[in-house]
This record gives sequence, structure tokens and C-alpha cells, in this order.
Amino acid sequence: MAELHLKSYRFRAEREDDWRRLERLLTKVGKGSPKALSDEELLALPVLYRQALSSLSVARATSLDQSLVDYLESLSARAYFLVYGVRSSLFERLGGFFGHAWPAAAKALWRETLVSFLLTAIGVAAAYFLTLHDPDWFSAFVPDSLAGGRGPAASVESMRATLYDAGGDHKGLSIFAASLFTHNSGVAIFAFALGFAFCLPTAMLMAYNGAMLGAFLAAFGSKGLGFEVGGWLAIHGVTEISAVILAGAAGLRIGWTLAFPGDLSRPAAMAQAGRQSATLMGGVVVMLFCAGILEGVGRQVIQNDFVRYGVGLATLIAWPVYLYLPRRLRVIP
Amino acid sequence: MKKAKTVKAAAAVSMGLPPAEDRRERSLVTPEGVDLRVRLGDAGERASALMIDLAIMAGVLIAFSLLTLLAFIGSKGKGGEVIGTVWVLVFFVLRNLYFTLFELTPRAATPGKRAMGLRVAARNGGRLTADAIFARNAMREIELYLPLSFLLTNGDQVGALVNLAGLVWCGVFLLFPLFNRDRLRVGDLVAGTWVVKAPARKLVPDLVQSSRPAVGRFNFTMAQLDAYGVKELHVLEDVLRRFEMKTVMLVAARIRLKIGWKASPDESDGDFLAAYYAALRGRLESRLLLGKRRKDKFDKS
Repeated sequence: MAELHLKSYRFRAEREDDWRRLERLLTKVGKGSPKALSDEELLALPVLYRQALSSLSVARATSLDQSLVDYLESLSARAYFLVYGVRSSLFERLGGFFGHAWPAAAKALWRETLVSFLLTAIGVAAAYFLTLHDPDWFSAFVPDSLAGGRGPAASVESMRATLYDAGGDHKGLSIFAASLFTHNSGVAIFAFALGFAFCLPTAMLMAYNGAMLGAFLAAFGSKGLGFEVGGWLAIHGVTEISAVILAGAAGLRIGWTLAFPGDLSRPAAMAQAGRQSATLMGGVVVMLFCAGILEGVGRQVIQNDFVRYGVGLATLIAWPVYLYLPRRLRVIP
Repeated sequence: MKKAKTVKAAAAVSMGLPPAEDRRERSLVTPEGVDLRVRLGDAGERASALMIDLAIMAGVLIAFSLLTLLAFIGSKGKGGEVIGTVWVLVFFVLRNLYFTLFELTPRAATPGKRAMGLRVAARNGGRLTADAIFARNAMREIELYLPLSFLLTNGDQVGALVNLAGLVWCGVFLLFPLFNRDRLRVGDLVAGTWVVKAPARKLVPDLVQSSRPAVGRFNFTMAQLDAYGVKELHVLEDVLRRFEMKTVMLVAARIRLKIGWKASPDESDGDFLAAYYAALRGRLESRLLLGKRRKDKFDKS
């Protein structure tokens, strides 16, 4: 009696072709990239997606065929992830990142950057004066593996030698640069991730990083090599230390938001802070890449102190100008 | 009591939702305002996906190392620098960008997640952005790599107590997903994402259609059709789709008893159930159109 009058059956018969068409498109995209679709299919996709959503609403309200509702839920969810998923090309994304997102994130985190900078500066100052006062402090701040024979006990000549490349051949520079880059990015990402534990580990890492720097400076400064070590450090250090300070800032933002979420709910605030600082971290990795090249190749090839200072000064101007100078507002895509 | 039940049923009808039974089901409201009701990936699926990914990473790294070794021997040590640089960079990309790059693709899943039918999605129902993917994977540094490196360090370098404290601290992050309702990792929390199950289902034929020829002979009275509600209808649908002879026989006998149906000698259990399913669904759906969703057989509304 009822079978011919079942409205849910007629509903399905009428809409089924559109569902199948959407399913075919989804399968096609699943096998290749979104470019696998023709223009016509791309235009049809949002329309079919909305039809599937409306079918789902109707089916939930009127149909008691459980398998049909399940199918429509799965179909709509798959289409939803495609329509609202990651879609812009890698090139567009990179353009948006360098043109807008990274500087904006750096500007938004200026307070944390300042704190991170101050922590590093305090570390530098404290270690510098402590080491000048009592050279034994050097080994407390700098692990032996990093010191590499440098230290208060070494002779002036051997210290000077570490600042300049002795031989003329630059063998193994690119591998050196690559491993420096990977090591430093690891440290920076670590500093960022540690921020999750309410800022403290990140803050300590920043201060300690500064302390290592301060101890190094003091060890060379006490031997009368202050000017030379400045050049040795400036060429890559400006970029590298700025990157580590920014990474610390990103970590601090995470930890601070976890402790004091402000007006938003804690998960929502965390998500917002996390995305912003992750963008900054993307930039940090780029900066560390530059620093790795400057340190691994530039410093070994350029042996003149003044050129080293020049490169350092140029980076000291270029990064803040790029990150903090006001620029035309763009609509966020 | 009765009133409360009616109110609840009415609420369920107005939202178009059956009562939520699956604890892992979450509402995901699209910008169009439709709730997609996604199911979260459970801890076992997430762990298996991670294991698959780690196995792939290890496999690629070993294969690539062998390849570089061969290249190094082949070039008689001349191309050592280039080969070394490439190896270091490949290691870096594998370690830090493997997850990010795969999740940036339209499928938003690593090979391991894809194998388990999982994908990453934004918790607020919006677009899954690149910074969110970067954030959730940067956190792996303390969730995954730090515990791994703790396991790999030998105890001589640091004291046993320090090592133990480190392991406990790492364990907090590693087991974080088990201690919250949405199975969020720390990275998911920071990025505003979650991992959902997105299986592809097939559209199976409507039972009403496939059973049509046999149905005409059965005529049920209204009283017989009012014996059951939606819940029983769905169980019946399940029984008919699986069609295991023993269950079909038992269920048919049960229903005949309940509605007082006298079986004619030549009627089969399958035909009877299919006919009753079609008739019951017609009855319940026509009541549904009038705004009455009869939840189960105890629902007297």
C-alpha cells in the first residue's frame, strides 16, 4: 500500500543524479589535484555541495532511511572539506606570507618581542660582567662542545685564529651552513614549543642564550679582540639572534595566552595565538636559513672586519624595515 | 516525567537530530548553517596513523641514506660536499616538514592518516589555514621528538633522576589526547584544529525499492503499524541489509507475535519483513511530516 506513496523514496529518486555527480567530482579530486576538474565542473562544485547540504537537511527531517542519511552526511562532509579546505596554490600562499602575514604577525607580537629581547640582553650583560670578573664563569655558561677550544685559558693567537679562516680553500662550507641551519631551526622551534609550559622554559632559554653570547664576548674582549669578535658575530649574528628572539616571542605569546586568555574562551584564545605565533615561526625558519648561509659561507669567505660589520649593519637595518615599517593595508584573503 | 519526554522529543524533531548516542560525535556547523555531525578519530586510529607515518619517515630516511652512500662511493668522494648538504636538508625536511607539507594538500592528511580514514579540520568549521597546520606540527617538537630523544639518550650523560623527570614531563604531552574530551593533542589545542574521520560511503539501494515486487500482498492495519517507533525501524533496516538467515527468521517471528500477524503458508520471512519495513516507514514518515517523531515503541505521543 504505502510503497508508491513514500515521499522519501520519491525525494531520493529526484535528487540522486546530483548526488552521484558530486560524488564523481569528489572522487576525481581525491585521485588528483583540484586542477583535475574542468572550469565547468569547478563552477558546478559549490552548487552541488549546497544541494547536497539541503538534501541532508530535508532527509534528516523527513526520511527514516538511515543509510540514506548516513550517505548524505558523508557526502556533504567530503564536499565541505573540499569547498572550504586548503585551496590556494603554493605560490599564492608564499606571496601572502612574505607580503603580508609574516610582518603582520611580527607587529602583533611586539610586546613579547620586547620582553624576549630584554631577557636576552639581561643574559648577555650578566654573563659578560661575570666572566670579565671571574673567567671561571665561562665554562659555566658555554658547554665544552660549543666552546671548541675557545675560552679564557686559550692564548690570544689561538683565539684570533678561530675568528678567521686559515686556509684559502672553502671546502665543506655548504654542508656546514646546512647543518647550522637545521640545528638553529631545531632550537628555535623548541623554544617556541616550550612556551606552552607557561612561558618559563622559553624565558630561561632566552636568558641562557644571551648568557652564552655574553660569555663569548667577554672571553674575547678580555684578550683585546673585542672589535674582531664583533665583526665575526655581526655578519650572521644579527639575523640569527633576531630570529631566536622572535621565536622566543612566539613561545611567550603561547604561554601567556594559556595563562591569561583574556576576553575569549581559553581554547579559542589559544587557537588565535597559536596561529599568529606559528606564522611568525615560519618567518623565523626563513631568517635562520639566511643566517645559516651567512654564517656557513659568508663568514668564511669574507675575512675583512669592516666588510663583516657592513653586512651585519645592513641586516640590522633590513630586517626591522621589512618587518615593522607600516605598509598599505591589504584585504586578508 | 511524560512532559519532559515530550519536550525532549520535540527538541529532537525541531533540530532534525536523533538522540546523540555516539560519544565521539561532534557538531560541525558549516557556514551554510547545517550541522554535519562529524565523528572524531579515536586514540587508536590516531596512534596507528602516527606509527604508519613514522615507519614511512624511517623507511625514506634509510633508503635515502643508502642512496647517498652509493652516490658517495660512485663519485669517489668528489661530490661529498653536495651529497652531504642534500642529506642534511632532506633530513630536516623529513623531520620538520613531513607532516606540514602533507596536511597542506587538499586532503589535509598524511599518508598514515589517509590510511586510517582521518583528516585534519578546523574546530570552528571554517577554512583550514596554513598557519594552523604549521602551528599544530611545530608543537610535535615537544610532543614527539623530545620524548623520542629522551628515550635515545643514554643514562650516563645525565642523572637517572633527571632522565626520569624528563620522561614524566614528556609523558604529559604524549598522553595529553587521552585526557580531554575531543582527543586534542597540544598541537591541536594551539592551532584550533581537530582530527576527524571522513570515510567515503557508498549510496546503497533503497530497501523500499529493492523489495517492491513482493510487497503488494501484505496489508497491515494501523494498529499493527503503530507497534514500533523509529529506533526499531532502524534496527529492522540493519537486519534487512545484512540479511543473515537466522536473524531474519528470529526477527520475523518476533514481529509476527507482537503485531498478531498470521502467516500464510507460502509467505517467506524476508518478504514479510521487507513489506513490514516499507509499511512501517511509510507510516512513521507520514507522522514525521506532521511533526511527530516517534522515538521508539515506548513513545506514546
